[in-house]
Amino acid sequence: MCVTCGCADDNNITITNMENQHHHTHTLADGTVITHTHNHHEPAANVHAKIHQTTISLEQEILGKNNLLAAQNRGWFKGRNILALNLMSSPGAGKTTLLTRTINDLKDKLNINVIEGDQETTNDAEKIKSTGCKVVQINTGTGCHLDAGMIEKGLQELNPPLDSVVMIENVGNLVCPALFDLGEQSKVVILSVTEGEDKPIKYPHIFRASDIMMLTKVDLLPYLEFDVQRCIEYAKQVNPKIQIFQVSATTGVGLDEWYGFLSRRVAVV
Amino acid sequence: MHELGITQNIIAIVSENAQNKKVQRVLLEIGQLSAIMPDAIQFCFDICAKDTIVEGAKLEIVVIPGIAKCRQCGNTFDVDKPFGICECGSIEMDLITGQELNIKEIEVEELCV
Repeated sequence: MCVTCGCADDNNITITNMENQHHHTHTLADGTVITHTHNHHEPAANVHAKIHQTTISLEQEILGKNNLLAAQNRGWFKGRNILALNLMSSPGAGKTTLLTRTINDLKDKLNINVIEGDQETTNDAEKIKSTGCKVVQINTGTGCHLDAGMIEKGLQELNPPLDSVVMIENVGNLVCPALFDLGEQSKVVILSVTEGEDKPIKYPHIFRASDIMMLTKVDLLPYLEFDVQRCIEYAKQVNPKIQIFQVSATTGVGLDEWYGFLSRRVAVV
Repeated sequence: MHELGITQNIIAIVSENAQNKKVQRVLLEIGQLSAIMPDAIQFCFDICAKDTIVEGAKLEIVVIPGIAKCRQCGNTFDVDKPFGICECGSIEMDLITGQELNIKEIEVEELCV
């Protein structure tokens, strides 16, 4: 087992490199195609096992292995001057639409590459690929989130260039992804106005873990009973430091502010 | 849903550290604010332990309550969710306890020679 999340070797995670003309799917269960450099037998750090008669005292963090891999990913990004963002939301909040619009609008300014996470299908990766950018699809099978081990393998396939941006689109889920550090510089939570303004206090973990919140589909506000101010208050209550952008990927409202932010972040990676 | 995977990881870590001896007891610490449900871990434990040296082991879970410290006035107070409001009115706080997810100790079978 090389990951922490149940998406172990036998869980049939597949990685599809959309850059290739044929979609070759790597089935890691039998370890055939993907080169995996992580040593499964390396001694876990921070284990201090002492035997007292029959009791072994451990002070081992259960997420420690994921955190170790995430730290390696973070170093990998830093060494290549890559800005990596982890985009998380419930299914259907508009992550892929926001991402394709962002890539298209910033094509001439930023080199954006994508790791796309879904339980099944390469539908989203196809949409992203139509923008012309490099994309790798990770299908988690039964897994409900991406973890650092999957990102490590995905990066080997994606091979993003120096000084670029890697957008990691997590599996649609407002709970589990919050727990797993991928080695990204920032977590970005995406909430659409069709979901209700109380989501930040209903699912506080993900809003607390994120530096940025994108409130999407604001063009639909005239048709909904969604209290934007209350939503922002809830988000700030859970995470006073969260930075909020109100956008519509359909009309383009608010996107300039988001693009300005991205460009500044790339400059300081 | 993530509890199943986390339980698989617990079994893996325990197995690695059990020195090939049969495991009789596992003690976990789970923070009240960790987004991990102890009941779900308990539910998954026997299933994940099957056919490993952890099979049949007793699982004990200590739930660590959440305590926050106010960044404005320094007051510490109990929280049952990962945010809250201090008596001074501030919502800026650091979580002191409640986010733990640790394997505290394991007990293995010692064979007398």
